[in-house]
Amino acid sequence: MIGGHDSVIVQTAVRLLLPWIRIFGLYVLFHGHSSPGGGFQGGVIFAASYIVLGLALGRRELERCAPERATLQWAAVGALVFFGVGVAALVGGGALLDYGSLPLPVPEGPALRAFGVLLIEIGVFLAVAASLTLIFVRLAKVAEEESA
Amino acid sequence: MSAVLLALCLAIALLLAVAALAAGNLLSAVIVLGAYSLVLSLLWAAMGAVDVAFTEATVGAGISTVLLLVALLHTSARRVAPVPVARWLGVAAAALLAAVLFWAAPDLPRFGDPASAPNRHVSPRYLEAGLAETGAPNIVTGVLGDYRGYDTLIETVVIFTAALGCWMLLSRRPG
Amino acid sequence: MSLDLSVLAGEAVYLVAFGLLALGIFALIAHGNLMKKVIGLTIFQTAVILFFVATSAKWQATLPIVPEAGAAGPAAGYMNPLPHALMLTAIVVMVATLGVALALLVRLHRRYGSFEEDDLLDRVE
Repeated sequence: MIGGHDSVIVQTAVRLLLPWIRIFGLYVLFHGHSSPGGGFQGGVIFAASYIVLGLALGRRELERCAPERATLQWAAVGALVFFGVGVAALVGGGALLDYGSLPLPVPEGPALRAFGVLLIEIGVFLAVAASLTLIFVRLAKVAEEESA
Repeated sequence: MSAVLLALCLAIALLLAVAALAAGNLLSAVIVLGAYSLVLSLLWAAMGAVDVAFTEATVGAGISTVLLLVALLHTSARRVAPVPVARWLGVAAAALLAAVLFWAAPDLPRFGDPASAPNRHVSPRYLEAGLAETGAPNIVTGVLGDYRGYDTLIETVVIFTAALGCWMLLSRRPG
Repeated sequence: MSLDLSVLAGEAVYLVAFGLLALGIFALIAHGNLMKKVIGLTIFQTAVILFFVATSAKWQATLPIVPEAGAAGPAAGYMNPLPHALMLTAIVVMVATLGVALALLVRLHRRYGSFEEDDLLDRVE
């Protein structure tokens, strides 16, 4: 069973580090536009924050912070955000995922397209982070049930 | 792109792959696989593929290793039989694949050639017009999000489907 | 001398990728332990990614990130970004298939108590 780490140093350090890991994940997401990174890498780093939480503070704490149903719903929200941006482009008059026709108050041209890419990267971030967290939580729960 | 760095990373990666498969203990095999992923990500960074290296370092060396370890967590069967060399089918398949690929290797484009076939046609247009058309200086993000947006959409659905499948496969009913 | 080493190292990238492909196929077929098969599959997938990234490399070129201000320069000065984008998708699919494969393995172990293919085939019957 993933019962958490015994040492209080590890537990405190993880509690202090978690917000910074998440901020870094979000930074990688938003800055992927102009430096290596993007939605996938940021999402994986965000999922890693939950994995570190589970390994250091125990499965109960992980279950409290990332309940399975809610995590699955976040993953679905991510996929739907991506698809929703595509449908918004259809509504705006262009083809699916044609960011130039998004109905947003941003001037036409590369600025609007960059904004569209940012929106879909947010969708990818949510889907990837939630999916990987869910896979980890599920496998960890089975490991606990096997030992019981 | 230093040739010495490339050669070193290739040699270490090959050794680690063989070690991961020959390890007698599953725990050792998983850890060595994590090291292999990390060396590969260094290799890709040396070849200028920084986005791929970033993703492989986080996903391959990070998440994959943790998932494999969690799956191993409560299995008692950690010792593995030594490599079964009597499995001639495996050797035959690997030898056949290797023979065909090595036979085709001289026809591949020269490594690093800027005028090779994969580097012509649509890729120079992505590099030259990418910033003006997509607004993203990171051309890989522009390609992923804008030029090849459909692939990324379907891939997001794939990762969600994998999580859903994992959730359904491991639902609460024991045995 | 340095040019010869570069050419050798470059071609070695392709050859090592092919070697890893053969290694992965061998592990997938020959090993009896399911976990070792999963490891072989991972090695196979990473070898494919290595091959594609190798086709996108260019000597004397930099990362595919263009400067925001000023001219981008010729395309031969940047690595080919298209295989990078395709391989990003491939890596995420790699972890997705790993997750489902591990779910199947864990479920098999929970039901039959082993990772060995021979034991599983005996116990299923």
